[in-house]
Amino acid sequence: MHMADALISPAVGGTMWAATAGLIGYCSKKVKEELDDRKIPLMGVLGAFIFAAQMINFTIPGTGSSGHLGGGMILTILLGPYAAFLTMASVLTIQALFFADGGLLALGCNIFNLGFFPCFIAYPFIYKKIVGNQPTRRKILIGATLAAVVGLQMGAFGVVLETVFSGISELPFGTFVLLMQPIHLAIGIVEGLVTAAVVVFVWRARPEILEKAAVSAPLGELSIKNILVGLLVVTVITGGALSWFASTYPDGLEWSMFHTAGTEELEEPEKGLHTSLAEIQEKTAFLPDYGFREAETEVAVEGEAWPAIDSGTTVSGLIGGVLTLAMVALLGFALKKRDKTA
Amino acid sequence: MTKIESTFFDIGYMDRLSTQETPIHRLDPRAKLLTTLIFIVVVVSFDKHEISGLVPFFVYPVVMIALGNLPLVYLLKKILLVAPFAFLIGIFNPLLDRELLIHLGPVGISGGWISFASIMIRFTLTVGATLILIASTGFNAVCMALEKIGGPRVFAIQLLFLYRYLFVLVDEAFRLVRARSLRSFGGRGMGIKAFGSLVGHLLLRTLDRAQRIHLAMLSRGFDGKIRLMRPSKMQIADICFILGWSTLFVLMRLYNIPQFIGKLVAGLVQ
Repeated sequence: MHMADALISPAVGGTMWAATAGLIGYCSKKVKEELDDRKIPLMGVLGAFIFAAQMINFTIPGTGSSGHLGGGMILTILLGPYAAFLTMASVLTIQALFFADGGLLALGCNIFNLGFFPCFIAYPFIYKKIVGNQPTRRKILIGATLAAVVGLQMGAFGVVLETVFSGISELPFGTFVLLMQPIHLAIGIVEGLVTAAVVVFVWRARPEILEKAAVSAPLGELSIKNILVGLLVVTVITGGALSWFASTYPDGLEWSMFHTAGTEELEEPEKGLHTSLAEIQEKTAFLPDYGFREAETEVAVEGEAWPAIDSGTTVSGLIGGVLTLAMVALLGFALKKRDKTA
Repeated sequence: MTKIESTFFDIGYMDRLSTQETPIHRLDPRAKLLTTLIFIVVVVSFDKHEISGLVPFFVYPVVMIALGNLPLVYLLKKILLVAPFAFLIGIFNPLLDRELLIHLGPVGISGGWISFASIMIRFTLTVGATLILIASTGFNAVCMALEKIGGPRVFAIQLLFLYRYLFVLVDEAFRLVRARSLRSFGGRGMGIKAFGSLVGHLLLRTLDRAQRIHLAMLSRGFDGKIRLMRPSKMQIADICFILGWSTLFVLMRLYNIPQFIGKLVAGLVQ
């Protein structure tokens, strides 16, 4: 579910960074306004708790495989949306920096996908509405499961949009959606059940913890208008950046047209995932598609900024690449050696 | 089980790496943070079919690893460990984009394979740069840099908290897991129900701990600010570091050095 730097364009990464930075600033202000400095250590320690909880596996009923907690929903239920968003952001930052899960540029996307939707959509509009002020076991179960499912579905959809807009991956929108949404439906249900199990436990053992959390972030305080305005601004910025992007690289639109038409080919990738198999498949698929590909190549020549198709330049590029790498490696060795003698 | 321990061990190891004394470690954290960000943005700004233009960028990680005395093999292993996501998304490119872009004699290489290779190179570069940042700077310093650059203080402070208590709580979770697996026969008690109360207990203990910490902090005069002893001042070396690398990145972005060298060599041979 974590986006990687390698798959996004600077335009998408930058936009999501801006949106996320804005949200972090807004949430920090809100948390400060609550004037509850008990919350700052609480947030930090709960963030660490999410890491710890992720290390405890459980068996998923019916499958025998094991899963672990994601944590966005639990944080929101315990801390309220603003503090939970900040905590989720810091969990993801640490994951990005230490485990290289996602990346620095993709961090904006990841925080938005995994933080914004559970904290500001799924929690206020689903969990709070269902659970209300008089929680029961059933209400918590239904509320947490639904909220987790919806939050993850939106997050997965965010991943799809960001990937497709970036245009680095060739995956067409339709296929990617069909790939991501069902997987995350399953993950969402498990996540919801687990969240409910933990929340029910806490509610039984120490109901005042949940009450306190609910009071510190009542629904009325969450200004839906602000969020909608924020979303609108983000959409406009994204749209603007995208149209600029689309005009620089027209192939982004081209492939979506081409490949959504060619869906029948997409059944095969499953078995062809292995590299060598894929190569064979490519060779066998060489002839049937030939005429089609010729047309495509023409389009590509016109539309893309790919500088060199003639083999002379390609060969010199290859030689040059190898030589550059060799030089870089030599430089590394030299620096290392100097380091040791010094 | 071994995985849990190794993940935890990992954080500790990265932290130890960051306490070394090398020219790279002595730089201001802000300088390294900014340079890393510029590096990543420049790398991902390339066209999706670019390979040769990306190659010179390996100079940055290589120099940082050499001067910062960082373990190359360990970092490569870490990069490999997280590669599956980029690989799984990227591997669709060769299947979907089959137009031939390059002819090497009789062998044609499709655009898909080229963009796939490009994705994997970008991935190695960006993930490598991020890991190098942490291994040469340390997490506390990165948080400080974040605040100094203008990030919200609340956010920076609770990042520091999270990091500090990570070690304690992971230890506790590990003890819980061990206790459970010692008492579990044939996979009993590994389901969601036991998990709920297990994690619930951990959560309650965590909340109590947070309260104790807060009281302890209050009694030591905590007023919402964290004061750090280490003076951090941007020095000429730091500014040179940022400007030098950024200029190099921009130049490497504008001029395709491998193409140039290749042409030169080809010209000499002829």
